[in-house]
Amino acid sequence: MVRVPEPVIGVLALQGDVREHLAAIAASGAVARSVRRPAEVDEIDAMVIPGGESTTISKLADEFGVFDPIAKRIAGGLPVYGSCAGMIMLAARILDGRADQRAFGGIDMTVRRNAFGRQVESFEAPVTLDGIGGRQFHAVFIRAPWVERVGAGARVLGVLDGRERARRAAGEVAGSVVDHNAGRIVAVRQGHLLATAFHPELTGDQRVHRYFVEMVRKAMGRHTTEG
Amino acid sequence: MSNQPVSSEPFNQPTSAHERGATGTARVKRGMAEMLKGGVIMDVVTPEQAKIAEDAGAVAVMALERVPADIRVQGGVARMSDSDMIDGVINAVSIPVMAKARIGHFVEAQVLQAIGVDYVDESEVLTPADEAHHIDKWAFTVPFVCGATNLGEALRRIAEGAAMIRSKGEAGTGNVVEATRHMRQISADVRRLAALDPVELYAAAKELGAPYELVHEVAAAGKLPVVLFTAGGVATPADAAMMMQLGAEGVFVGSGIFKSGDPARRAAAIVKATTFYDDPDVIARVSRGLGEAMVGINVGDLPPGERLADRGW
Repeated sequence: MVRVPEPVIGVLALQGDVREHLAAIAASGAVARSVRRPAEVDEIDAMVIPGGESTTISKLADEFGVFDPIAKRIAGGLPVYGSCAGMIMLAARILDGRADQRAFGGIDMTVRRNAFGRQVESFEAPVTLDGIGGRQFHAVFIRAPWVERVGAGARVLGVLDGRERARRAAGEVAGSVVDHNAGRIVAVRQGHLLATAFHPELTGDQRVHRYFVEMVRKAMGRHTTEG
Repeated sequence: MSNQPVSSEPFNQPTSAHERGATGTARVKRGMAEMLKGGVIMDVVTPEQAKIAEDAGAVAVMALERVPADIRVQGGVARMSDSDMIDGVINAVSIPVMAKARIGHFVEAQVLQAIGVDYVDESEVLTPADEAHHIDKWAFTVPFVCGATNLGEALRRIAEGAAMIRSKGEAGTGNVVEATRHMRQISADVRRLAALDPVELYAAAKELGAPYELVHEVAAAGKLPVVLFTAGGVATPADAAMMMQLGAEGVFVGSGIFKSGDPARRAAAIVKATTFYDDPDVIARVSRGLGEAMVGINVGDLPPGERLADRGW
């Protein structure tokens, strides 16, 4: 049996919750490394784009010359996982973004920025993720985007179960609260690209990161066989 | 929002079932600050300035009527900003908008939450409204950032529900000496706690004037349970980078940008220096051609009573 080396996964470290992703990657069976410079983009097997402010990350990526190298590697099959702002960076189309905001794209989806509202609307809720076993995922949404539409190439991995259902499951009286957010798409995969609107890096639940590391291992295995 | 003490809901543990689906949890409040890390939050007094800040790569703006430098010059009672002014800023940009409430003025905070600001800064830059009590921040859905000069003060604010801490350096002076003191003090206090025998933490809590549970949490983690930014007197890219090297996780810039010769360039340069705070070549490059920095004030020249760090406790 061919032993696949431990993948080196870079976390784009221009702004955002980089440290939490580095820790989650390191705990998920891969080598974690922060990436800020063009040369560092060439030294990784995969990348995580963290949560943060997508307009800031987009601008800094451009100005420090890592935007094009990353876009090129994504086109060449680099596995990438993006959470929240990272999801926006992987979207083919952005709604409510800045006019000059650039994204790497790659996932055939339309993402609406800050879709759930301002910070006072940020929330925690359970999400069931297709392909990630075990209990429901306890998801943290912070000024989060949602996926408004997915194209033919992208696969929906998770939708929001809704707060009302969550309250009922917790034994509370649901009342007449109608949750218009139930059913919103919050996790998507297209080939080597994975995106979530929420922040698994904040909860200590590493299942999403382990799923991504597994995606990376499979991609590396394929390349090894082909080479 | 439940009124529970912070210690019953550690940040990295799954929250209790009854909080599922909830807004305003400690995790979404503290998590919001995590998303601002490595970024620069800029004081703005008009929607136009807010746009300049967003264009420069700010992660958030602080909407206020007068920057601290002007508050110092003009004097009088400094209060929460006008709602229309804050609305104007909210409508001008897509990044988060923060606003300041007076220390202890919980109704100003209620108004700011109703307007829809993303973070409230319970700030010593404004004139305190209560000389004994800070705002009970657990009672709010909107998260709060508070100033601290040392670890004990930081933990008292966290015990009251603050979801983010910043240093309390002398705003409006263009002089980082106080921010430096606070950052060094907080870091040194944390290091000291981490080195103590567990039995010694009870007495340490008493000395710090902070709840034992939080003291224990800091000693175990070797860091604050919330994000720590720096604030007060940052005027140059090198100032911002120095604060980051001293352990800040991000930077508030007040008067330093819009009281300078070329705000747009200076703002963009401070953003870049904050990201590459450990790379002197980048800091040198972005520091060129910025025009004049704001005129500074020596903190030692401030009359007693005008030192903002003495406000709050």
